[in-house]
Order: sequence, then C-alpha cells, then structure tokens
Amino acid sequence: MLAALRHRYGILLVLAVIIAALPLVFPSSYYFRVASLVWVSAFAAIGLNILMGKAGQVSLGHAGFFGIGAYAVAIGPTHLGVPPLAAMLLGCALSALLAFLVGRPILRLKGHYLAIATLGFGVLVALVITTESRWTGGPDGMSVMKLTLFGWRASGSDTWYWITGGLLLAGTWIALNLDETPTGRAFRALHDSEIAARVTGINVNRFKLQAFVIAAVYASLAGSALALMNGFVNPDQAGFLHSIEMVTMVVLGGLGSVVGSIVGAAVLIMLPQLLTVFQEYENLMLGAIIIVSMIFMRDGIVPVLSKFMTGWRA
Amino acid sequence: MTILKVSDIGISFGGLKAIDGVGFSVEAGQIFSIIGPNGAGKTTLFNVISGIYEASQGRIELAGRDVTRLEPDALAARGLSRTFQNLQIFQRMTAVENVMVGRHLREKCNLFADLFRLPSVTHQNKETRAAALAFLDEVGLRDQADTPAGALSYGACKRLEIARALAAEPRVLLLDEPAAGCNSVETEEIDRLICRVAAKGIAVVLVEHDMKLVMKISNRILALERGRPLIEGSPGEVRANPAVLEAYLGKHGAREAARA
Repeated sequence: MLAALRHRYGILLVLAVIIAALPLVFPSSYYFRVASLVWVSAFAAIGLNILMGKAGQVSLGHAGFFGIGAYAVAIGPTHLGVPPLAAMLLGCALSALLAFLVGRPILRLKGHYLAIATLGFGVLVALVITTESRWTGGPDGMSVMKLTLFGWRASGSDTWYWITGGLLLAGTWIALNLDETPTGRAFRALHDSEIAARVTGINVNRFKLQAFVIAAVYASLAGSALALMNGFVNPDQAGFLHSIEMVTMVVLGGLGSVVGSIVGAAVLIMLPQLLTVFQEYENLMLGAIIIVSMIFMRDGIVPVLSKFMTGWRA
Repeated sequence: MTILKVSDIGISFGGLKAIDGVGFSVEAGQIFSIIGPNGAGKTTLFNVISGIYEASQGRIELAGRDVTRLEPDALAARGLSRTFQNLQIFQRMTAVENVMVGRHLREKCNLFADLFRLPSVTHQNKETRAAALAFLDEVGLRDQADTPAGALSYGACKRLEIARALAAEPRVLLLDEPAAGCNSVETEEIDRLICRVAAKGIAVVLVEHDMKLVMKISNRILALERGRPLIEGSPGEVRANPAVLEAYLGKHGAREAARA
C-alpha cells in the first residue's frame, strides 16, 4: 500500500477504494454527510495546495472564490433562471476571471504583502455577499435549488457522497497530473528560487497567475458542490475564518502533498466532531492539537509520516 | 562573430555608481573573464547583463539585437544563460528535475495539456528527461540524477547549476565564480568543462577569483576596479599590468609583489 502511494494511479486507486469501501462501515446517514464534507473540503484544499505548496504563493482570501462558487448556484437558478449546472460553470468562469484580474497586480507582491492583499480580496467578497442582501439574502444566507439532471434530482446524503467522492477523485487526478509536466516544474522552480526560474526562461508572473487561477477554480467548484449539497448558503462560507481553515488543511496535511491535503481536510473536519465530548473545551482542544502537530510535524502530516515510514523500512 | 556586446554600461544605487562606463564584447567560442577585487562590481555587472537589474546607462546587444531593457526570461529566450555566485538551485527538486527546468524554453508548455497530462506531454517528458540526463553526464553528475538537489555537495551543486544553464542550449553562458569553494580536483574538472563548453561555440563570460584558472583558460580578461574598467587584454597583458596588482593588493602590496 505504501509503495502504491508513490505512483499517480496508485494514489487514485487507494483513494477510490477508500471512497467505495467507507459506506460499508457507515452506521447512519450522518456519516455520509461528514464524509461528503471531507471530500468537498479536500477538493478545495488540493487546489489551494497547488498555489501554496507547489508554486509557493500564499492566499488568505481563498474562501472568497469558494463563496463565489457557492452563491453562483444559489443566485443563478433563483434570480436569473440559469440551471444549477450552468450556474456552477458560470461561477467557475467568474472566479477564474476575478483571479486573473486580481492576481495580475497582487501576485507581484511577495510573502506577507501578498498574504495581506489576498486577505483583503477575501474580505471584500464576503462584504459584498453580506451587503447585497437583495440578491444574496444578506447575513442570513439563502436557500439553493436542488440540482436536477435530466429529470433526476440529486438529493440525500448518500447521493452527494458519491458525487463529491467522484469530484475529489477528478481533482486529485488533475493535481497529480501536474507533477511531471513543464507547468508543474515551473511552479516548483519559482517556489524554490524565483531568480533562478527567471533566468532559465520561466515567466514567473504568468505561472503564478496560472496557479492562482487553478486554485480559484478548485475553490469555486467546491463552493458550488457544497451549496448544492446543503441546499443552503451563508456568507460564512466566503469569510475570513473559512480562508484560514483552508490554509490550515493545506499546511497541516503537508505543503505540496496532494494526499496531505485530503488528510488535512479529513482531520480538520472530523476532529471537531470527535471533540464534541469535550463540550465547551472543544475549540481549545482543536487549537492545541493543531499547535502540537505543527511543532512535531512541521512539514505536515503526510510528508513527515512518509519520511518516517521510508526511513524505518530502509 | 561577436555574440555579446556590452557598451558603456552604468548603474547607480542611491547615487552611488556601482558600475560606470564598462564595455566589452565576446565572440562565439571565446572565454572572456572579468576579474577584480571584492566590490569591484563583477556580480552587479552580471545582474545587469542578465536583466535582473536595469542599467541606468549603456547598451547591451545579444547576437546583434538590442536587449538592454529585456526581462531575464526574455533574455534567456534569446540565448543567455547564467549561474549564480551564491547557489540558486531548486532545493526540493531532484538533480535531473533541476536540469529539466533548464530545458523549459525547449519544451512546449500548455496548461491544459499538462493538467490532463495528455500523451504528448508524457512523450515530451521522456525526451526532456533523456536530454537532461545527457547534460548531467556532461558535468559528471549522471549517478546522482535522482538525488534531491538539497542533498548534493557544494561542488556538485556548482556543477548542477552549470548543467541547468547548459540545458537551455545558450549562445552566451555567464558563470559567476564556478570554482569558488571547490578543491583543486573539482576546480580542474570545472576548468575542463568550461573549455568543452567554449569548444561548442558558446561564448563564456567568467567571473572568478581563482587567478590560476582565469589565466589558464581565458582568451581575454577585463579587470574592474570600483565599478570602472581598469584594463582589458590577453592574460599576459593583464598579468603584466601594475595597476591590476595594485587594485588587488594596494600600493604597498604591489611593491612587495614586484620585488618578490
């Protein structure tokens, strides 16, 4: 199983088996719901990891794109008569366009400056969503029409489990594809040394922008999927805390590791569920666990574990 | 045939002229060395030529075309490659991946083809890897192709940078202190490597402190002092010039050296 995780199709196979096998041990529909949430979050985290882990550019406003995707499938069918699937694609296109327009100037910034600029973007999107209540329902959010495909209505936790699971597989495949390609290498090169990347002929601004747009599209799709699954959207999904949660999943799981993003999402979604036994200390425990794991696994859960396993075997 | 022509280059940082009125030209297959004491502006000059800094005066021509205002990646596309004095390798990539990045301009790079890793991408990847391995072989790092670059020795990293620069198949190669920190065996390897590169018709511009190496392999030498040209000539001419000794050792030291 460990050897399988070194190959692109090995990872996909293991993931597919996990997605297919989990329902066998799920005692109730609640578990389908939590798992679907993990798949959607992992999908968004994988996209953000392409930007942060591969290309080395931080975004603290990525929930903005998540929110755009979510509200696209809410507003499109309700106010504009656009079918949900088309609204999802429109949301993607809008996110990509915004990422392109916003990314061009701000990706020239580095480190903390880029972090603040992206944070500003996220806050702006959340603000627009909260204030334009005629379209968005304001702070209370709004309900989302069910996804209907050729007369078949997608509803129920188990249906959405399979849809989001399939989406995650596709997202994982794309992210893994990038690794051994000129684009993937350009991302990693500019991460390690921007100056060396430039003198080897890499147009770093172009590749940073590509990574930003890819990550935005991932987040937007995840937002749409979650909104359609929940049948409801609220501004928190575009909010600052959600952006931080996405970054935490990426860093906790392991920067640059696709599997890490899935593990990071799983940990961050499931831990609060497990920690409910601590009642009012729940958030305290969650914070403590994250701090401790970052101290002992600075490179993230998956990279540290895989190093440990290979070192242990050799 | 003149490949690189630098004329009257100058650059200032906050009123301080780091380089002033430097010019030279290099022909295909020539090894042109730039020497001078620390702070003479050698690396700054490299940064201007490779487009990292913008010159405040002067003109740079590459293969007869004005490239003075071009960005580093555009210059690379015109056939200029370089290495760095303080290593700039891609630490988290393997040795062969580093050199594969050097092939970037020789590859077709299409985002959508890459996202879906179309068969053409896989095919091209094999070709790029094979080419990169050949360049690693050239610098004697073939055995360590799949070693993470961060785990390579200092000397190996120096050669890896040269392999990465060569992988772009440049017309001009700027080498910034390739032998710094290398032992005598490694220096000899780099000596032979530079000569092989020049023999292929690549114009090599070398910044180096190892005078034995410089005097041995250079066709022409330019000595800089405090950002200004001191003398340009053949190794013999430069060695015999008292001003060069003085720049390096000071007036007193030069007298001592002359006496010895």
